[in-house]
Amino acid sequence: MTVTVLWEDRETTCAGPEVGDDALWLPASALKEVSGWELKPEGACRDELCVPLPAGREAEFLRDGGREFNLSALAALLGQPQVHESTPPVWAFGEAAAARRDALRSLEAPEFTLPDLDGQQHRLSDYRGKKIFLVSWASW
Amino acid sequence: MDLPVWQALYEELGDQGFLPIAVALDTGGPAAAREWIEKAHATYPCLIDEHHVVARLYDMVNVPNAVWIDEQGRIVRTTEPAGAGDGFRTMDRTTFRMAPEAIEDGRRRREVYTNALRDWVQHGAASRHLLDATEARRRLAGPSEEHALAAAHFRLGTWLFEHGMREAAQRHFHAAQRLRPESWAYKRQAWALEQPGLAGGPPFWAAVEALGERRYYPEIEMEGMPR
Repeated sequence: MTVTVLWEDRETTCAGPEVGDDALWLPASALKEVSGWELKPEGACRDELCVPLPAGREAEFLRDGGREFNLSALAALLGQPQVHESTPPVWAFGEAAAARRDALRSLEAPEFTLPDLDGQQHRLSDYRGKKIFLVSWASW
Repeated sequence: MDLPVWQALYEELGDQGFLPIAVALDTGGPAAAREWIEKAHATYPCLIDEHHVVARLYDMVNVPNAVWIDEQGRIVRTTEPAGAGDGFRTMDRTTFRMAPEAIEDGRRRREVYTNALRDWVQHGAASRHLLDATEARRRLAGPSEEHALAAAHFRLGTWLFEHGMREAAQRHFHAAQRLRPESWAYKRQAWALEQPGLAGGPPFWAAVEALGERRYYPEIEMEGMPR
């Protein structure tokens, strides 16, 4: 069974165990590629940040002797919303509202990379030093 | 369409460090956006945002919504309608004519807004149109838990659409709309993907009428801007 995982802006496909509707269990070895998070003795870690798995609830996160990891439980722990479709199996894990609020209130302009019509990628920070008027529009 | 307005401003102010970056919130991708960008002869960056990433990052809910970012990468005016007002609601649905006072109101709003941009370019950090950190944070409510869930539904919807599962995509678009009814980007994008023209067609006008006394574009809190 192959499952597609949309974790924030990352998209990966992962050969997983059977996929249920309650939670997404993945091979623990795939965790970092799928989410950017990895398991360390301190808990789930991404870059410098580590979040301990709640004491006494390890079984919600790990099974099969630690070979499988519950990505849904991690998202819930991090406050990230999750939605999915069963056929084909696709799980989308969004950004935590609190994380976005904190990022906005820092008043640092959030970084992004997007293509132009020719497929050339532009990063917002490529234009540092300008007064940037960032404006949305749409064809619709 | 606003792209030519930003192009004219860029030609006027670009050599003074002013740079528009236009982001097309278009799941239809370059195929949907190309015609408008080429028609505007835009020479500033015109980027294609198929997953509405910028809308999520900057908490935008409509077009045109804009943010001002200074030379250090700081937000100095938070997300707001880029000079747009509700005058279009007087439009005759068959002739597309607008009431003269609505046309004048739109012209005035655009003038106030573009003059504010000129003021920023001229005076920089001393411009009276920049928000201090306290005011900027007051205006930045940021997304709620429901809004974050809406964004996850929308992202899944775009993935399903891109993989040809249009019905499933619409289910998730509808979920996003229910969770964040004030997002016209969620509504209109979904209508546009359902059927070309629908985003400016009957469902759009019905939703606008359902607003009643409420605004389509929230008030722009800017000195000199009509209420």
